[in-house]
Amino acid sequence: MRFSVILKRELLGYFATPIAYVFIAIFLVLSGVFTFYLGNFYERQQADLIPFFSFHPWLYLFLIPAISMRLWSEERKSGTLELLMTLPLSRLDIVVGKFLAAWLFAGIALALTFPIWITVNYLGDPDNGVIVASYLGSWMMAGGFLAIGSCMSAITKSQVIAFVLCGFVSLLFVMAGFPLVLDLVRGWLPLTLIDMVASLSFLTHFNAVSRGVFSLQDFLYFISVIVVWLGATSIVLDMKKGA
Amino acid sequence: MIEVSHLTKYYGDFAAVEDLSFKLVPGEILGFLGPNGAGKSTAMKMLTGFLRPTSGEVRIWGSDMWQDSLTAQRRIGYLPEGAPAYDEMTPLEFLQFIADARGLTGVERANRLGETIDVMSLQDVLGQRIETLSKGFKRRVGLAQAILHDPDVLILDEPTDGLDPNQKHQVREMIKGLSRDKIVIVSTHILEEVTAVCNRAMVLAKGRVVSDGTPQSLLAMSPYHGAVTLKSSSATLAEIAEAAGSISSVKEAILTEGGVTILPEEDDATLFATVLELSRSKGWTVDSLYVETGRLDDVFRSLTEGESR
Repeated sequence: MRFSVILKRELLGYFATPIAYVFIAIFLVLSGVFTFYLGNFYERQQADLIPFFSFHPWLYLFLIPAISMRLWSEERKSGTLELLMTLPLSRLDIVVGKFLAAWLFAGIALALTFPIWITVNYLGDPDNGVIVASYLGSWMMAGGFLAIGSCMSAITKSQVIAFVLCGFVSLLFVMAGFPLVLDLVRGWLPLTLIDMVASLSFLTHFNAVSRGVFSLQDFLYFISVIVVWLGATSIVLDMKKGA
Repeated sequence: MIEVSHLTKYYGDFAAVEDLSFKLVPGEILGFLGPNGAGKSTAMKMLTGFLRPTSGEVRIWGSDMWQDSLTAQRRIGYLPEGAPAYDEMTPLEFLQFIADARGLTGVERANRLGETIDVMSLQDVLGQRIETLSKGFKRRVGLAQAILHDPDVLILDEPTDGLDPNQKHQVREMIKGLSRDKIVIVSTHILEEVTAVCNRAMVLAKGRVVSDGTPQSLLAMSPYHGAVTLKSSSATLAEIAEAAGSISSVKEAILTEGGVTILPEEDDATLFATVLELSRSKGWTVDSLYVETGRLDDVFRSLTEGESR
């Protein structure tokens, strides 16, 4: 596996441009706003980070596409994709390298929210095991969003279209667990299918995680979402090659 | 060695490249010549493994570009059209990335980087972002990444496009300098480039090869090949044209601005002597008298436009 070559270049690319700093700043500000104003962090009088984590799916919904939209679209547009794909690197190396760089970057942004963890520990006596599990779960979920975004970005050379597509498909994955959506299909789908739709939802799995129940099942769920969408990315790239 | 057989690429019903076959051995510099949209870039994208052909195959020293692409691609250095590079990187970072991707390590890596930077004269811009570089430097960075691993095959898509005459000259000299033991394929729509750089020229039109030979054989297809042009400031040009036109081996004598171009019926090595003799005997005042090698743009036009009709 030579993906580390791509990983290194991509990470360098993030921090060579303002993208990284703008993204991290906005991510931190928004996660703070959500936690304190919408999540009533203080008013709840509870020493946990549920108000912080429960907004992550929504935060990711429009921030992750901003990272993932450039993964392939930008390279296709600028012509560097041609350079990349004619280097003696396997498709897998390139797909995985790019994804891991984006995932690590999202991880860095997430890790930089540590002051809120310090705050809650200063104010009370939270279950830090739950918090660690929640961080891990949140990062896994970010990976899921990014893998979807990678595939959407491979489809088009327009970053705007990639952004919108990624937002839309991600929304489907988030909303699949919503009563609103489930009620819609409840009337005419068999129960097993409804359960399947619900089990596809990021929310179903993430909510379990953010309550501190980080089971192997949820972990495997996010891993398989990542693997499936990266596989789809590779297939899309291959189809474009033959087009 | 490159073997290309029956390479074909369709976009829907449109044939971008049709039935392209050739074989190249080290030392050959092949020029792809053709108007825009003739299929030069598409052909190169298939040769380098970026595009999958509809049918046909490409073998680089026996390795199939589709079955064993990594082995085949290792031997190739490729400059895509427009010399794309990662704008936010500096040339040094970019070349280091390419070196890593090419699997160069240790002393070899350092040597190749040093040598390439030297050949391309990139020392002064190594720390500047690529996006801030002039077009000429960007092109040189693109060429540098292509030759970095000292490849056996160099595929350059319009390497001199958009460069000023000095830079064009530099790039051509560079290509000629590298190519003794390599296979080079250059695409261009600049005609003089073919005679300046290549020892084999392939003209493409509408995705098909319409001519394949040496640049000289291409020149020989010109009606002007072997013609003799006589320049004179005297007022007797019409008379000269008439007298020249009546020479037995002459097909036509064309009156031009300040001169007469005498076209032979067929290849006639003695035409120059004949015309010289004639001008002496008639006592014409001759400013200059020379044999034309042929006009590539005429050949180019007749080859590529004839195809489209």
